[in-house]
Amino acid sequence: MQMINSTLFTGMAKLLRGIGRRMIERIWRLGAGARLFFLTIIYSGESFKRFHLTLREIYFTGVMSLLIIVVSAFFVGMVLGLQGYNTLQKYGSSEAIGVLVALSLVRELGPVVTALLFAGRAGTAITAEIGLMKATEQLSAMEMMAVNPIARVIAPRFWAGVIAMPILAALFSMVGVLGGYMVAVPLIGVDDGAFWSQMQANVDVRDDIVNGVIKSVVFGVACTMIALFEGFDAPPTAEGVSHATTRTVVISSLAVLGLDFVLTSFMITV
Amino acid sequence: MSENIVEIDNLSFGFKGRLLHKNINMVFPRGKVVAIMGGSGSGKTTLLRLIGGQIKPVKGQVRVDGKVVHEQDRDGMYKLRRTMGMLFQHGALFTDLSVFDNVAFPMRELTDLPESMIRDLVLMKLNAVGLRGAHQLSPTELSGGMARRVALARAVALDPNIIMYDEPFAGLDPISMGVICDLIRSLNDALGATSIIVSHDVKETFLIADYVYFVANGEVAAEGTPHDLMQSTLPFVHQFVHGEKDGPVPFHYPATSYQAELFKQASL
Repeated sequence: MQMINSTLFTGMAKLLRGIGRRMIERIWRLGAGARLFFLTIIYSGESFKRFHLTLREIYFTGVMSLLIIVVSAFFVGMVLGLQGYNTLQKYGSSEAIGVLVALSLVRELGPVVTALLFAGRAGTAITAEIGLMKATEQLSAMEMMAVNPIARVIAPRFWAGVIAMPILAALFSMVGVLGGYMVAVPLIGVDDGAFWSQMQANVDVRDDIVNGVIKSVVFGVACTMIALFEGFDAPPTAEGVSHATTRTVVISSLAVLGLDFVLTSFMITV
Repeated sequence: MSENIVEIDNLSFGFKGRLLHKNINMVFPRGKVVAIMGGSGSGKTTLLRLIGGQIKPVKGQVRVDGKVVHEQDRDGMYKLRRTMGMLFQHGALFTDLSVFDNVAFPMRELTDLPESMIRDLVLMKLNAVGLRGAHQLSPTELSGGMARRVALARAVALDPNIIMYDEPFAGLDPISMGVICDLIRSLNDALGATSIIVSHDVKETFLIADYVYFVANGEVAAEGTPHDLMQSTLPFVHQFVHGEKDGPVPFHYPATSYQAELFKQASL
């Protein structure tokens, strides 16, 4: 009996130690991430002075993500059109399909789905690139040349992500509305004028569009910073970079969904 | 001006409670090619990182041009590093830049030179390493030896006072090895710089080094000119220089009895 108790105690102690260690690791990583974020802001001046570096990254993160954003947006818009019409026609208000599609996209789906796709497409590319630069000593080489890697590598990518995200989200909403229109008007036969006029009358610039833009900027900061930190903090091995890339997608996706709830709560309250 | 450009005094370094270096003393006279040799994992590259200020010693100090490296603030450290060039083991070329842009990188980042002058300087540096014709290539199109030569051109781009080489001969074919060997010596003499080579390739290093330090078990195990060390009767130096399989550095990693291990396996 005493032996069972002792084994149980050892097991419990081991479990608690494990939980404690993991908690400390998470807090440490959070601190290190926050430190990198503040250093990025501090050293951003240089990347604004040489804006061509940021422009180049906007091309890689933004322009190269266009295809996946546009195609996804079109399908999401078409599904919204179909599902929306299916529900609205039961209440005899199928003309409201335009406003339903637009509000769903501008307020929620545009910023959220864009951020999730961005994390999968551009976020992973950023993490892998920075992780490999670390593994192949390119960041160390920069340090040894008296060039600050945060100013030269991290800051331009950060601002590129922050700038690209709202533009991508706006494009997502625009193409999504087009997808909804294609299903609702030519395919189902909803009145063309009703589709656009209802949308024009019920979508508010301040409450809907500006809030959507604010969300996408916040998601841009979160997704890009997570991707950069994971790459910067990755162990310099193939396995380390692979794990970091996976973590980027998982953490970014959870962060986007969590932040969306927090932001929506504030926006509805205010 | 001190005779030695780099001085390491009573330096100890370690992490997680384990000391990798214990009271190391070394000097690197101006204009000389000095090698640090030792087995894999003996902390040779760590010494280069300590000289470059990328890590801090636990005890003692590294002085570069009379300045204590780890006491420098960020600006002081960067100022010091501008007088150094480093060749990394695998070149560490920036894969998103061409060969030309890699060599031009330190010039564009750290100087206000006009682009026309940068172009001429880059072509001169690449010509010195025999790769002027490859300036448009991407680093992924280069062989290991060529990448090392481009990295060398980048390391000397701003005519540094100190050039550090981390395993410059590792993984190279004999021709590339000879070329790199020759370049290290000729660039050192042409620039009037001081070269610090970290390597375990005895033949090539002894050919160009003026002085050699042997590092083993965290200490300087032996030092002297290549000629002295070739004649050395110290067991470690003898084993290392002549590439003997067994000696003070055992062939087998410490383990339990071979017989006991085999019987344990059988009973599983």
